[in-house]
Amino acid sequence: MGAGGARRKPRVRFGVVVFPGSNCDADCYHVVRNVLGEEARYVWHAETDLTGLDCLILPGGFSYGDYLRTGAIARFSPVMGEVAGFAARGGLVIGICNGFQILLEAGLLPGAMLRNDSLQFRCHYTNLKVENAETPFTRLCRPGQILRIPIAHGEGNYTAAPGVLDELERTGRVTFRYVDERGEPSREANPNGSARNIAGIVNEAGNVLGLMPHPERCSEEVLGSADGRLIFESIVDHVRSRRGAGSR
Amino acid sequence: MTEPAARPVWDEVGLTADEYRMIVGLLGREPSHTELGMFGLMWSEHCSYKTSKVHLRLLPQEGRRILVGPGENAGVADLGDGFVVVWKIESHNHPSAIEPYQGAATGVGGILRDIFTMGARPIACLDSLRFGHLDDRRVRYLVGGVVAGIAGYGNTTGIPTVGGEMYFDECYKDNCLVNVMCVGLLQGGRIVRGRAEGPGNPVLIVGNRTGRDGIHGASLLASREFDEKAEEMRPAVQVADPFVEKLLIEACLELSGSDALVGVNDLGAAGLTSAASEMASRAGTGLDLDIGLVPCREPGMTPYEVMLSESQERMLVVVKKGREREVLDLFAKWGVSAAVIGRVTADGLLRVREGETVVAEIPARALAHDAPVYDRPRAEPAYLAEARALDPAEVPEPGQPGHPDRDYPAVLRRLLASPNLASKEWVWRQYDHMVRTNTVILPGSDAAVLRLKWEDRPRDETAEGNGAPADPAAPAGPGGPADPAAPAGPGGRAAPGPVRGIALSTDGNGRYTYLDPFTGGAAAVAEAARNVVCAGAEPVGLTNCLNFANPEDPGVMWQFRRAIEGMAEASRVLGTPVTGGNVSFYNETMDTPIFPTPIVGMLGYLEDVEHRMTAGFKAAGDVVLLAGETRLELGGTEYLKLVTGKVRGLPPALDLERERSLQAFLLEAIRGGLVRSAHDCAEGGLAVALAECAFLAEPGAEGVEADVTAGLTPGAAGGRLDAVMFGESQSRVIISCQPAKVEIVRALARRHGLPLAELGTVRDGRLRLRAGGAVLVDEETEGLRRLWREALPRALEG
Repeated sequence: MGAGGARRKPRVRFGVVVFPGSNCDADCYHVVRNVLGEEARYVWHAETDLTGLDCLILPGGFSYGDYLRTGAIARFSPVMGEVAGFAARGGLVIGICNGFQILLEAGLLPGAMLRNDSLQFRCHYTNLKVENAETPFTRLCRPGQILRIPIAHGEGNYTAAPGVLDELERTGRVTFRYVDERGEPSREANPNGSARNIAGIVNEAGNVLGLMPHPERCSEEVLGSADGRLIFESIVDHVRSRRGAGSR
Repeated sequence: MTEPAARPVWDEVGLTADEYRMIVGLLGREPSHTELGMFGLMWSEHCSYKTSKVHLRLLPQEGRRILVGPGENAGVADLGDGFVVVWKIESHNHPSAIEPYQGAATGVGGILRDIFTMGARPIACLDSLRFGHLDDRRVRYLVGGVVAGIAGYGNTTGIPTVGGEMYFDECYKDNCLVNVMCVGLLQGGRIVRGRAEGPGNPVLIVGNRTGRDGIHGASLLASREFDEKAEEMRPAVQVADPFVEKLLIEACLELSGSDALVGVNDLGAAGLTSAASEMASRAGTGLDLDIGLVPCREPGMTPYEVMLSESQERMLVVVKKGREREVLDLFAKWGVSAAVIGRVTADGLLRVREGETVVAEIPARALAHDAPVYDRPRAEPAYLAEARALDPAEVPEPGQPGHPDRDYPAVLRRLLASPNLASKEWVWRQYDHMVRTNTVILPGSDAAVLRLKWEDRPRDETAEGNGAPADPAAPAGPGGPADPAAPAGPGGRAAPGPVRGIALSTDGNGRYTYLDPFTGGAAAVAEAARNVVCAGAEPVGLTNCLNFANPEDPGVMWQFRRAIEGMAEASRVLGTPVTGGNVSFYNETMDTPIFPTPIVGMLGYLEDVEHRMTAGFKAAGDVVLLAGETRLELGGTEYLKLVTGKVRGLPPALDLERERSLQAFLLEAIRGGLVRSAHDCAEGGLAVALAECAFLAEPGAEGVEADVTAGLTPGAAGGRLDAVMFGESQSRVIISCQPAKVEIVRALARRHGLPLAELGTVRDGRLRLRAGGAVLVDEETEGLRRLWREALPRALEG
């Protein structure tokens, strides 16, 4: 179960941003607080004070109903200006599913989302290959490790200009890719038509991650996979090590 | 008669001349246009249950864990430890048959509101769907639209759709069935009632603005059969806005924790008329409403339109006098429209004003409770004698002339690729079935299982984990920095026991019910209970959705009565009381009635979620057993339908005492850790069930070697093998266990007086079915599985 109650270290502080229509906020909160034993608080989208937080989670859901285009309205929420500042100061930001879409719309990550090539919503487990194990979000993963993490989205078909994709590849910013059991980024393993099977990317500085799959849905064995915990634990590990470095 | 007679006023609102006379009697005067419209809705079959009431009384309602039975918005069961579950199933058949996406989506929205109205957070949905044959273009359009509509609404509101079932038959071609069950967990420690208590208290309408959509939905769309003009009813179907529903859920749940709240009712069928009259009638009060204060989508709506609109995502709320401001502020914070539109009175009247002008004044009780009650004539329908007659000698066996297949592998492939038996993954992969992170048995097994997080209990100090914060505007937020010194670790405190769980299943077999309504009704209860038991849960109670044709046909009424008698008997024997549900009549199109289709939504309880059980085999070498007995029964089976094209014969017999023993045995075996898989043997019979156990197996256990004649009832030895392979005898479960446990399992079965036979062994990769020494099927599992998985996508997408 949790990371243990005997630990003396100060807990890592997560903020879970709640937009009208977010619906994975409680799931992320649950993992941080009840599975990891770290600290979490909700950040209402109209809030602008992010003081004291180590990591912001932009959770999945349908912000503002996603009626115009996924994430297109949420990026105008008052909190988003602060999220940009938080990221610029080096704070960790993870956008999951709708959160990824919002980060794209806000320009914190490059590229855009199209509808799934099936034109249908898709919810099932996928195999994710860790393409870069040196980000704050993957530092506890082995390079090339395959994680079983589910998706649930209608618009996860990541796209960007070829030059942008090449740049992402070249700089190691493609963090997760959909692969088959053998680790190959095959057409069959791609659940939505995403360019180069991309499932998650980081920004240039490496402190903002967007990914379509839901690590919070597979952070406990009872749910069928605990692979998602590696991502949350990587964040915790990163924050702790940074604190340690700062205090030396 | 050269000129057509003017249409009587009562006919325009779907009432009869006699009913009109009753209304005049109740009011002591002629009703106004608006008043008559209100009566038309409230006295419609859909709202008043005027035809079904006398029969529904037969259903047992009392149970150890049942807190609230029929009459409220949904049934309530107390599972202990503070976990209180609210659940109900409802139909949205006619709207879905006309406009599949919006019809299905608003069906989901309506049942969600029934749950959170009571102060419970919706945590899961399941759907039972019926359509015509997939070779029909319009049927494929309906299937695609309905599934997308359910997905669109459930996914957006963040409520997982965790299970359900789907069948196809010609009789549902133009009148598909869309039944949605929602399950909720009580949030605030008290059940919120739909009662307008306290004269002087203000009445608010909250949620969406009122528009002109859905007028006459309940009276004309839901309470009449379809004719060639059905397409013209399209404007009576409402339009869904799941985003507003999501905000409404959060706002209403926050309100349910406030002592300012008095009562809530959703605005569903019959809109404001229904919510207002029911809330007042239940409390013995009246309401005085000014519809000029109702926020509308467009100017110029008449009182008639405002009172009859079925615009979605609206609730009627009664709060304590003087607390209006804080409640309005609460809704404003969530961006949900809210307006005070009147107050509770003591005079028992629903008085509707437009400014100072009174446009309707009716005793609330007359609308909500005084509708006539009919015991309509019943007669055994004429089709039965012929349909039940089945001479097995006329049914060819595989390889014989007249049989479409030459051998058993070919028959098995035909069955696995039949849309009725094929994998429904195409459907549930479009539903978010994992959100809220409670689904511990995903769709595709016998029942869905959800764990109940201790943090989700009411009155829990960490209960904010349920959703958005109680006061999201407060920068400190709940739970977080407020108590930085709180102990670390899961939940911040010790869990009081093993993690609890619930199992959910919806079931019903229209063919069985068509051939024998009593058995069909009983079998729906038995199978739903069996499915939750196969998942390791104890059945607690059920909600039902009764889909029938035109009740003015004595044959249909006879079916209805017999089906209820069957459900009542099974519910009594199996200890699963009926907590309410929904009746849907008039499911027929131009004289083509649907099969009578009662659907049961079963709730099961797991004291320890680690006891959950799945259908797939776990390890090669495990012993495969059949609990129960195989009889030679071909009547009403999918096999018979595929071979002869007919729904004929008597459905499989159901012995409820045997069923009870089976379920008691299985529950004990699962809880005792004796078995490693359990799968109900249902449509498609033993051969299909064994194949499914292999398809759903762990890697390395994807196959079986079995003698299908093991477990035959005495006297059936030597009987026809197609009946053994594909017959649908009831009360059978395939289990697997480690070889070392077989003797203990046998002893347990003996103690329960239950036949138990050894079918064979789990082995990887092949499905090998024998009759004694004769091999009937010996195929690679993977090839069969591909057929089974791809049948539905192929039929729907080409």
